[in-house]
Amino acid sequence: MPMVEAINVKKRFGSNEVLKGISLRVEPGQVLCLIGPSGSGKSTILRCLNHLESINAGRIYVDGTLMGYREEGSALHEMHPRDIAAQRQHIGMVFQRFNLFPHLTALQNIAEAPIGVQGVPREEALEQAAQLLARVGLSDKADHYPSQLSGGQQQRVAIARALAMKPKLMLFDEPTSALDPELVGDVLEVMKQLAKEGMTMIVVTHEMGFAREVADQVVFMDDGRIVEVGTPAQVIDNPQHERTTAFIRSVL
Amino acid sequence: MLERCVLTDQNFADEIVAKPLRHVWRWVVGAFLLLGVYALCWSIATSPNIDGAVFGKYVFNGLIIDGAIKTVWITAVSMIVATVLATLLAIMRLSTNPLLKGFSIAFVAFFRGTPLLLQIVFWGFLGLIWPLTTIGIPFTDIVFFQAKTSDVMSPIFAGIIALSLNEAAYASEIVRAGILSVDVGQTEAAKSLGMGAGYTLRRIVLPQAMRVIIPPMGNETISMLKSTAMLSLVAVTELYTRAQIISATNYKQVELMAVAGFWYLIMNAILSVPQSYLEHRYGKGVANQNERWFRLPFRGAKQ
Repeated sequence: MPMVEAINVKKRFGSNEVLKGISLRVEPGQVLCLIGPSGSGKSTILRCLNHLESINAGRIYVDGTLMGYREEGSALHEMHPRDIAAQRQHIGMVFQRFNLFPHLTALQNIAEAPIGVQGVPREEALEQAAQLLARVGLSDKADHYPSQLSGGQQQRVAIARALAMKPKLMLFDEPTSALDPELVGDVLEVMKQLAKEGMTMIVVTHEMGFAREVADQVVFMDDGRIVEVGTPAQVIDNPQHERTTAFIRSVL
Repeated sequence: MLERCVLTDQNFADEIVAKPLRHVWRWVVGAFLLLGVYALCWSIATSPNIDGAVFGKYVFNGLIIDGAIKTVWITAVSMIVATVLATLLAIMRLSTNPLLKGFSIAFVAFFRGTPLLLQIVFWGFLGLIWPLTTIGIPFTDIVFFQAKTSDVMSPIFAGIIALSLNEAAYASEIVRAGILSVDVGQTEAAKSLGMGAGYTLRRIVLPQAMRVIIPPMGNETISMLKSTAMLSLVAVTELYTRAQIISATNYKQVELMAVAGFWYLIMNAILSVPQSYLEHRYGKGVANQNERWFRLPFRGAKQ
């Protein structure tokens, strides 16, 4: 069973259709990189996958369950927010602008959801949070507030925060786009390690080097449609479509 | 080689030591103001119409102190009730449900749109509209409790209701502004971690909104403390009423108003302490934690 299966997903904002029928399939342990020009809908499809945005047509299945709706016979029922929240627990998300909780320390940021949402005992959650901080190389920053950390450090804390919920799937929305160039490497290193450990990942990125090294599948999107799908060697190094070629040339 | 604008052999390695600019006119204006304040104090101190001894006699008077204590706890209870109601109203206002939103808008419009004085009188004389207060199940004959409204609505109870509801209307706008000041990315991050709406509000949004909410709420508390004086209209024996009652018997109106004014000033000065504490506490991770609570004037920006 695929970890993620999106079938013909469409999304409109007002009269503006930003996704015009997107289908994706990601097997467990695979890494998929979404690339494409800004405004192509790659961030939107990512946000649809954990139902931060509702969709107007199509179906999204994560780990075999339909996201955001209950299917009864031929009718679809909107899910209660409580049930959607339960679905999201198993999908980690990392944002372009980190979105750490500024009133909590790095350690508290990581432990908050396990304690409050999953009911993990406090001691155990803090212990686990400390281990996760060590894993992203920030053991010495446990008691720092986000404002006292660099962008790259904040993003690594954000990754640890998502991992604390023991997700089956990780979504990355341009995780290095807001970082100074010299800080990008540390964040990519953590993500590569994660991929190596077998995490299923969907990454919206402009880092072609990362995509080439880590991705099993690269999807090129433009204007709300998938233009090209394939291995990094196919899509990045030997693109078949004119638009893909033009885009790859502009970012490399 | 670069050509210098001024021909000189010096390389200006020394730090600049310049005579500070003197703002003479500021000092002149300041001196005039000081003179004015002095003249006013002198005029009061030597006035044959103001009896300083009366002030001294009544400032620690038992009835006055008792009134001041009543003022404090009426303010505290009303402010707590108002804050809880305000949070509910703000959440309703931000809801997508038209009924909840509409109720909140109407509530705020009504209680902000009529004078507080009028609302106090309304609650104080509620018995004129509904002589009987009944608690039961509507449309049936089942009654759990019934009493005369004038017995249920003691002056203090009526006063607290009036102040709380009025304040809730103002404070709800403050709380709403606070909630809206929190970046939407915070709610999205909370959602992506599987947090529900209530949990997100309690643990993520409100603690951050507090930073924006507390300073104006401090203002509201000060305003509320002084508004309690209006409860004299429905015969609540708070500070102002007590001062008025005493002055009605000894005809020392000015002295007793001074006594009341003195205590209002003291109480408001004390209120700023918990406010700075709360601002400090909710500034965590955002405000400069090393910032001093005050800085001496005339010291300039020296480190």
